[in-house]
Amino acid sequence: MYVAVKGGERAIENSLALLAERRRGDPAVPELSVAQVREQLRLAVDRVMAEGSLYDPDLAALALKQARGDTLEAIFLVRAFRTTLPRLGYSLPLETARMRLARRISAAFKDLPGGQLLGPTFDYSQRLLDFALEAPEAPPPAPEAPAVAEAAPSVLELLAAEGLVEAEAEPPGAGEPPDLTREPLLFPAPRAARLQNLARADEGFLLALGYSTQRGYAHTHPFAGELRYGTVDVELVPEELGFPVVVGEVELTECQMINQFAGSGTRPPQFTRGYGLAFGHGERKAMAMALVDRALRAPELGEPVSAPAQMEEFVLAHSDALEAAGFVQHLKLPHYVDFQAELDLVRRLRAQAGEPPA
Amino acid sequence: MSARAALAAVRAAGERARYNFAYLDERTKRMIRRAILKAVAIPGYQVPFAAREMPLPWGWGTGGMQVTAAVIGPQDVLKVIDQGADDTVNAVNIRRFFERTAGIATTERTAHATVIQTRHRIPETPLAEGQIVVFQVPVPEPMQRLEPRESETRRMHALADYGLMHVKLYEDIARYGRIVTAYDYPVIVNGRYLMAPSPIPKFDNPKLHMSPALMLFGAGREKRIYAVPPYTRVESLGFEDHPFEVQRWQAACALCGSRESFLDEVVTDDRGGRLYVCSDTDWCAARRARADAR
Repeated sequence: MYVAVKGGERAIENSLALLAERRRGDPAVPELSVAQVREQLRLAVDRVMAEGSLYDPDLAALALKQARGDTLEAIFLVRAFRTTLPRLGYSLPLETARMRLARRISAAFKDLPGGQLLGPTFDYSQRLLDFALEAPEAPPPAPEAPAVAEAAPSVLELLAAEGLVEAEAEPPGAGEPPDLTREPLLFPAPRAARLQNLARADEGFLLALGYSTQRGYAHTHPFAGELRYGTVDVELVPEELGFPVVVGEVELTECQMINQFAGSGTRPPQFTRGYGLAFGHGERKAMAMALVDRALRAPELGEPVSAPAQMEEFVLAHSDALEAAGFVQHLKLPHYVDFQAELDLVRRLRAQAGEPPA
Repeated sequence: MSARAALAAVRAAGERARYNFAYLDERTKRMIRRAILKAVAIPGYQVPFAAREMPLPWGWGTGGMQVTAAVIGPQDVLKVIDQGADDTVNAVNIRRFFERTAGIATTERTAHATVIQTRHRIPETPLAEGQIVVFQVPVPEPMQRLEPRESETRRMHALADYGLMHVKLYEDIARYGRIVTAYDYPVIVNGRYLMAPSPIPKFDNPKLHMSPALMLFGAGREKRIYAVPPYTRVESLGFEDHPFEVQRWQAACALCGSRESFLDEVVTDDRGGRLYVCSDTDWCAARRARADAR
């Protein structure tokens, strides 16, 4: 009768063995390689890198394999590895204006310097199941265009030059941006801390919050000013050299939202900004992030805070998928003692109310 | 050695080479120890700290594990309990984690342990000077369910303005005739800070008062550490006409006959059969061993 809670050690070992077996699946089917995951499930790899806050496609692919394709579990594995890595230095801010573009669109202008570049996107694919993929098949090579020589400056900088969009200036007294993986999040949080939090936030959570702002819960009148995806150099200034050195490149998706702003007592009417950035190709994430970033700027712009997407503590404290998944699922842990204490209390309350003892 | 055992040995050696003693790097441990020192200096005050991601999920004891990792050394003897028991899966898992990453000695005996990491209980065996109890804390802010905004609760702590909590307890009495908080029952530490003792049953609250052991509380997901230093006053909230009181049972432990310990109810059949056993497995086993010896 008291056996159920005993034998934890053996139960765990057996559970792990079962898990390994399930992970492999039918041994008659060839095993998936990490390289296959990295190359062919790339968007899953990208999401693991983005929310895992670690740019390493191989580790993200390994994590996805180990996690049996469960994205959150893979993010968890990557974060638990990342946390043990020493912090060797900080790169220079990435120059996304110098991105080698694979895709770049603006919904605000028909044409613009650098042009619109559709690139690889599901957007205009008709979502019909392609049964040809059931059999291995190499797609015909995609047509290639000559590399775009024209510079593609950020659309928002074009408008900012006219004063129509707020300047991207550091708020006064901002100081060095905090590092949320090295310092606790304190409220009220500077925008730099908010953006860090949103960058590693759960995509689904941001998507729902961003969506809520479009349905009247803190409407921000957004336009997708620019969405770009491509490769950016990472530069570091080694102390002993004193000048920047390219140490690698990362794929990024960046979204700059333009939001209407009627002006306030201290600011003239102009467009304001919401910003989104994600590792890899993550447009949904970057766009949702930009909507939420803008909504969270309500106090700074003198707007009333009335909807969830504007509430800094509500958004930032609940955005991390691992924190949320961990705490929701901790309800699986034993609660015998608490439940016993509550059971005792309810019995006393019932006795007091004249109910017959259960 | 079987192929499987050989593989396990290779993996273990590889792991130890990649990870520091007790998993966390020394700089992180120093950061956590600084937070602990501040917490000890201001009993009951919640010190923010940069909780690291741990290889266990948030909400499963990551705060306690980080505190344990920061204070433990190679000479320490660790005991891990969950619901008072050493053998529940979560306790086993955390103990295995420290065996694996720190290679330290572990024990189930409360008296033999130098560090005790616990979830939801304080051991029945009285604690001694030099022992450290590390609590896993899900929600460090005692007023969070009354006021979810941390910016507000921090202000209340700064002003020692705990009217909100007193009103909650008063409303309990007005509505139910008694205070209906059975666990995580709020306490005032050293006459100053309102503190959540973590979800221990209120039965355990008196053990916090003037304890000779150092009590450390780690909340990983919420990124807070707080402490009750040895021999510190810890009062459970109450009113003159409705003083704080602890649970008592009609029954005794079915295994060891204890009448002074916290008892878990065990459903024995589908006809309403129940029996009660000690939640503290070490306490229960020790009592039975003594009875057998007699």
